[in-house]
Amino acid sequence: MAASAGRQRTALTAGAFLPTLLPAALFAVLAAAIPEVAAGAVLRGALDWVPSLGIRLSFRIDGLSLTFATLITGIGALIMLYSGQYLHGHPHYRRFMLFLTAFMLSMLGLVLADNLITLFVFWELTTLTSYLLIGFDHGTAKSRRSALQALLVTATGGLALLAGFILMGLAGGSFELSDLLADPRALAAHPWYPAILVLVLLGAFTKSAQVPFHFWLPNAMAAPTPVSAYLHSATMVKGGVYLLARLHPGLGGTDAWFWALTLAGATTAVFASLMALRQSDLKQALAYTTLMALGTLTLFLASDVAVAVTAAVTFLVVHSLYKAALFLVVGIVDHATGTRDVARLSGLGRALPVTAAAAALSALSMAGFPPFLGFIGKELTYKGALALSSVPYSVAAAVLTANALMVAVAGIVALRPFWGRAEPEPEPGRVPHEAPWPMWVGPLALAVLGTVLGLRPGLAEALVGPGVAAVLPGGEAYELKLWHGVNVPLILSIATFAIGGAIYALRRPLAAALVRAGAASPLDFDRGWDRLLDGFKVFAAGLTRIVQPGRLRAYLRFTFLTLLGVLAVTLALRTGLPAPPDLPALSWRELAVLALIAGGTGLVVTTDSRVAAVAGLGVVGIGVAIVFIVYGAPDVAITQLLVETLVVVLVAVALLRLPFLYRDGRVLHRPWDAALAAGIGLATTAALLLVVEAPPDRRVTDFYEVAAVPEAYGRNIVNVILVDFRALDTLGEIAVVLVAALGALVLLRGVAGRARG
Amino acid sequence: MEPVLAVLVGLLVAAAVYLMLARSFLLYLFGLILVSNAANLVIFAAGGLTPGAPPLIETGALAPAGPVANALPQALVLTAIVIGFGLFAFALVLAFRAMTELGTIESDEMRIAEPPEAGR
Repeated sequence: MAASAGRQRTALTAGAFLPTLLPAALFAVLAAAIPEVAAGAVLRGALDWVPSLGIRLSFRIDGLSLTFATLITGIGALIMLYSGQYLHGHPHYRRFMLFLTAFMLSMLGLVLADNLITLFVFWELTTLTSYLLIGFDHGTAKSRRSALQALLVTATGGLALLAGFILMGLAGGSFELSDLLADPRALAAHPWYPAILVLVLLGAFTKSAQVPFHFWLPNAMAAPTPVSAYLHSATMVKGGVYLLARLHPGLGGTDAWFWALTLAGATTAVFASLMALRQSDLKQALAYTTLMALGTLTLFLASDVAVAVTAAVTFLVVHSLYKAALFLVVGIVDHATGTRDVARLSGLGRALPVTAAAAALSALSMAGFPPFLGFIGKELTYKGALALSSVPYSVAAAVLTANALMVAVAGIVALRPFWGRAEPEPEPGRVPHEAPWPMWVGPLALAVLGTVLGLRPGLAEALVGPGVAAVLPGGEAYELKLWHGVNVPLILSIATFAIGGAIYALRRPLAAALVRAGAASPLDFDRGWDRLLDGFKVFAAGLTRIVQPGRLRAYLRFTFLTLLGVLAVTLALRTGLPAPPDLPALSWRELAVLALIAGGTGLVVTTDSRVAAVAGLGVVGIGVAIVFIVYGAPDVAITQLLVETLVVVLVAVALLRLPFLYRDGRVLHRPWDAALAAGIGLATTAALLLVVEAPPDRRVTDFYEVAAVPEAYGRNIVNVILVDFRALDTLGEIAVVLVAALGALVLLRGVAGRARG
Repeated sequence: MEPVLAVLVGLLVAAAVYLMLARSFLLYLFGLILVSNAANLVIFAAGGLTPGAPPLIETGALAPAGPVANALPQALVLTAIVIGFGLFAFALVLAFRAMTELGTIESDEMRIAEPPEAGR
């Protein structure tokens, strides 16, 4: 077994290769399905999950999902192999492999799901697992911040996506993607289409890091290099692109779709290529080129022109191959030299010959030189750009700019460090030498694959063609060829190399100028993000200070205000105000009872005297008891009198020890509280008037009236209800009183103990 | 009579809310007594009022002879009175204990467990 360069020199055990088996096996199964799917078959499988809501664990393998799935599992296997060596001896190596495997399976579920909700669940699982992977190095504040930033940005988009999916399901009458996409233009004609489009695009753009949501992706480079290679180039960030491609038949084909994707994609592509040029860290530079690729992919999914879609799917494959390879190469360079600074690396080709070869092949594919697959991809992007009938020249110009900058960045990142005079020790004490085979086999395989597919474009078509057919039902993929004769795309290609070469030659002054321009620009998304988060915290703290200030009266005020608001809104919008009641002619006895209750209440509110207040409460209680007697409730009246007496006695006893502060108690000393109280009183009256407008529903009472004697052998219906039909409730009531009594006892003991002590 | 009770209940509730918003916790307790009385009247009135006919069944009869008062709200009010009393008694003892421990009955000054307030 080969020994690792640098940190660890112990041999790898067979266990290190174990995690590789799962993706490798899955890849073999999926690859075996390629011929069948290329012939037009769609493989399905489903399990009911929440049938009542139309949510099924349904999966579908068609051309598009198979293209993604083979990339996910194939690159996944190579990444696992690489990681076994890269993190060999790391204390959390097993945890890492667990996260990585969980991520791979989530991603696989995402691209195979055929149900919107299932897709969403896997979508969020990739967000969560990527959070764990970005924050893997959780000892550093930078990793934690980056992980949280990625989580918040993509999860916010995820929430928007969920809302969009639900709207889509309701509008289309099904949550199954195959049902929704069966009638391609039905969704686009629905009145909810604009809302669906905005919400879904928010989800896709945050996941695929389109400007202005791009800032989390370069920060996510805090993750270990294999993670960057896997998540942030080949798979997760492509999730958004996959979604756009998947929903293209349903949501695409409108002006809104075209312009949203064209603008976001073109802006991201050009902006990211410029940013890539100014980076000195290899990983950061690659991160920005990934942004550029994501922008290009979005751009080409905007239209429904076959050439443009072919360009998108081809470029997707091209990019996954070379970008994963280059990230892995950077990881090897980092491992071997201890630095990723472009300025300090040169002449590594002699010490790391295999890595240098992989880097060179990938870089040439990235730059788009023939005969690599990248060349075919780039030619197609030009053809696709020119095919966009409404804006061919501006799109072509954007693509030309981005591609030319890619040529320069490919030179800087992948060729420069291996060329020229060899630095014997880029980092003191570290003599660079070739990585062990599990590390270089991945990038080399991917680079060679990029070359082979370039020389034999027919093989690439087996992946690309069915993918295009899935995006454009009935559409024919454009034929992939190296040589199309002398035409506009070829001329643009040559221009790309010329401009790219010039930028490469002028890279130092250009990068310096870009750094200066960046420093002068007020637009700093990363710092803006921090300010946004700080703003949230300040807002939440301010709101808490207002709503929950820690004073009982404030809580009560908010509670009562809310109650008043709810009652007022219900009265105004739902029920309408009650008709003014016809007040009946009242007998003198009734008038006397009412006067008793009203007078007692007035006394409690206005008096300065403690004794008078207690007397007022007693009067109210007795008045209520009289109401009960008059209207046929003698049992209730007896209880009321008993309890009322007890209350007065208890208060009287307590008053011996309690001060009676009426400083602010009198009417209109607190006009706002008085207004609030009056409002709630009026609302209560209105609500009760509405209730008594209709005769009460006596069905339950009727049952008790006829059942009391035959079933419970009792002639007092109220008693029968309490001790027989609802005996368990009464037991609960007794328990409440008991608990209150126990609580009071404990509190009073404390007082007594204190008095003694 | 039900509309008249509705107006009376409004008065009781308004007085109760006003008292509950006072500084003194004792006044809060008085508000609590008034609001439970109001709640009982609401339940009672909502079931419809029948004067002078308690829900009793004659000896030997299987059901009440004529229309009698609605028994269901009466059962509910009975329960509510007892529970309201339990709540009140506990709150009163709590006020008593607060006075002993903190030397105050004003809820604004009971802030031992709260974060310091800005501007104080």
